[in-house]
Amino acid sequence: MIPEIGQLSLILAFCFAIIQGILPLIGVWKNNATLSNFAVPAARAQFVFIALAFICLGYSFYANDFSVLYVASNSNSHLPLVYRLAAVWGGHEGSMLLWVSILAVWTMAVTMFAKGLPKSFRIRLIAVMGLVSVGFLAFIIFTSNPFERLVPAALDGRDLNPLLQDPGMVFHPPVLYMGYVGFSVAFAFAIAALLDGRLDVTWARWTRPWTTVAWVFLTLGIAFGSEWAYYELGWGGWWFWDAVENASFMPWLIGTALIHSLAVTEKRDAFKVWTVLLSICAFSLSLLGTFLVRSGVLTSVHAFATDPGRGLFILIYLVVVIGGALLLFALRAPTVGLGERFEVVSRESMLLANNVVLAAAASSVLLGTMYPLLMDALGAGKISVGPPYFDAVFVAIMVPGIFLMGLGPLAKWKKTSLPEIGTRLRVAAVISVVSALLVPSVMGKLTLMAAVGVFLGIWVMSTSLILLGNRIKTRQAAVPNLIENLKGIPLAFYAMLLAHIGIGVFILGVTLVKGYESEQDLRMEVNDVAQIGNLEFRFEGAKEVAGPNYLSSQGKFIVTSNNKEVAVLHPEKRFYPVQGAMMTEADIEPGVIKDLYVSLGEPLENGAWSVRIYIKPFVRWIWAGCILMALGGVLAFSDRRYRVVNKKNTKETQDLQEAFES
Amino acid sequence: MNRAIKFLIPLILFLIAVGFLAKGLFLDPHEVPSPLVGKPAPRFQAPILGEGSKTFSSEEMKGKVWLLNVWASWCPACRDEHPVLMAMAKTGQIAIYGLDYKDTDAEAQAVLKEHGNPYNTVATDADGKIGIDYGVYGVPETYVIDKAGVIRYKQIGPITEEILLTKIVPLLKELER
Repeated sequence: MIPEIGQLSLILAFCFAIIQGILPLIGVWKNNATLSNFAVPAARAQFVFIALAFICLGYSFYANDFSVLYVASNSNSHLPLVYRLAAVWGGHEGSMLLWVSILAVWTMAVTMFAKGLPKSFRIRLIAVMGLVSVGFLAFIIFTSNPFERLVPAALDGRDLNPLLQDPGMVFHPPVLYMGYVGFSVAFAFAIAALLDGRLDVTWARWTRPWTTVAWVFLTLGIAFGSEWAYYELGWGGWWFWDAVENASFMPWLIGTALIHSLAVTEKRDAFKVWTVLLSICAFSLSLLGTFLVRSGVLTSVHAFATDPGRGLFILIYLVVVIGGALLLFALRAPTVGLGERFEVVSRESMLLANNVVLAAAASSVLLGTMYPLLMDALGAGKISVGPPYFDAVFVAIMVPGIFLMGLGPLAKWKKTSLPEIGTRLRVAAVISVVSALLVPSVMGKLTLMAAVGVFLGIWVMSTSLILLGNRIKTRQAAVPNLIENLKGIPLAFYAMLLAHIGIGVFILGVTLVKGYESEQDLRMEVNDVAQIGNLEFRFEGAKEVAGPNYLSSQGKFIVTSNNKEVAVLHPEKRFYPVQGAMMTEADIEPGVIKDLYVSLGEPLENGAWSVRIYIKPFVRWIWAGCILMALGGVLAFSDRRYRVVNKKNTKETQDLQEAFES
Repeated sequence: MNRAIKFLIPLILFLIAVGFLAKGLFLDPHEVPSPLVGKPAPRFQAPILGEGSKTFSSEEMKGKVWLLNVWASWCPACRDEHPVLMAMAKTGQIAIYGLDYKDTDAEAQAVLKEHGNPYNTVATDADGKIGIDYGVYGVPETYVIDKAGVIRYKQIGPITEEILLTKIVPLLKELER
């Protein structure tokens, strides 16, 4: 009964999505208020029914209803409750339902919070989101129905993939989807603006907070995923340039470009066409990512469910949504105009460079991801492009970009002189060069990669701090009290500093872990001691432990340094009988300076094990950097100027002016 | 006019990409003739994975029919191919030699430890120089080399069961004669 209610709710949601997508657009076009007024109620009704469907599926998992095919394939009566609920998005059908549910959440948010917009604009916005939803709901209903019955019902389920039985599974997919589905709002804003012919400063101001929030979720989602892979896969890597990772990373790169480009459009009324294009691209890449992951065109470790029929459906959907958007862009964008002019050396041109670098980086990732497909389609065979390509190309593109990141915020709008920036940056340059030589030497040996990495990381951080110093100094005459002075600086400014410092922290983490990690593969008998640097790892043997739905061999390692106990680690080798799968559960002692990482390989004779021990210096900085970036996003969103719409020359706007002009 | 065309560029690029995606959706792996087939296999000497100072030389293989499989731990397609190689190794019909392309020893060893090792010996090509000689442009790639050291067959992309049974096994039988 419950699954049928879920099924029916999905169909009703589909009907409401059609109403939401079509009637209001006709209403605005024909100036018919009755039709236009359908937008908000239809969107809310759609939200209610999708939520109901989602709850029904969740309930089927909760109640172990193995007469539902999807539940039988992805759950098991011995699976702990929290994973049974997370298993809702553990397979293809459910992750599509999660996708569309999150789209409904965003649409609901738009109906509730996008109040300051002109009516026609707001209605178009909601209608575009409705159209996006129509396609996805149709996809679920016609090709990927999560409520399909299994006759006769299974006695027990086939269990959730053991790789996914992890707390990461609870948070990572929803947060990630909040991010890349969130770009649908920016997309809808762009389409509504193109339909409306309204591409101006106010449009940019409305779009910015929505884009920033989506970007924050995406940043956190990617960081979660990376941390999860790091401890779950048992080989200590944190990024694999896997097609699925790239699918989330490309929208992030374009989203980052979009955030910066929106700033220029809002402040200077420039880059308008480019900003619209980025808005379309960010969401298009999210959709493309869904296609790549779900259609099976690329071989990927993440692809759990693949099917060419579904692939064809998504492809047609892509053509309609992205093709339609780009066609509208081609027709309408030429009438927009170019906006304000600016000099070669100015903040605008720096931000343009930032955009070019990020777009180039995203293109290179796209090319690498699509290349195997391209070669295949051209008849050149199936190949795969791996980290060697991505590392080389991506780093080469980003290095100049990161260097410019230090200069950009110091440049003024319209026109700046280079010598002026130069004098301001002398100190940062000295600090960065000294650290670039010093840090690698302290860590071990000085290599070019390490030096360049440390230079860039410190460069970004030190220029940000100098910027803050300058800011305080210019305000000092007016506000002599330091605390008052700091309080008076707009949040948006701190937001930028925090996000940029986050990038610096991230770069340092990547550089140091790549350059100075160490690992040992050992055969260890009980009470054997492995010596790595000044650390001693003593293996106390492994014992059998039974988990709720697995059997585990749990090792015990005591780590000491100069006879002082530093950590006790319990890596496990788990066997999940339902799927017959072995899983390595590494155990990690995290630290600011370094992680100690131990994972069990295979059992050998006489209680001995093959063991892998890693020392990962500064690896936490990678995720700490991401969290700082996300916090920056939160601050940017909290800036009070988004609370004051349509009020010119208020105190806030003056603060704002100041924020971006010094 | 010129200006209008500029705004069409994104749409055109997108449609080209869609063309490839559509084609990719209905494609199966298939082989292409390589200019190296029928030519002597390039000679190389390289360190053996996991054996420190020892090296493997292609000269040692003179007089034997062997398979050179180029792979890497970072390559998901290699992971797909792996069970086929394992099955092939189990039959003992052919000596499979691996070339670990642009990889680190530790990660390569981890993969073999986790999934099994089908190779007699794995030579390492950390900087990809041997790969250049062999014209490797993506992994996995597999070469069948005859007793005279001539490349008789090249497989780009994973070896599937079908390719193994219809192409490689008959070829090996012929070459062993």
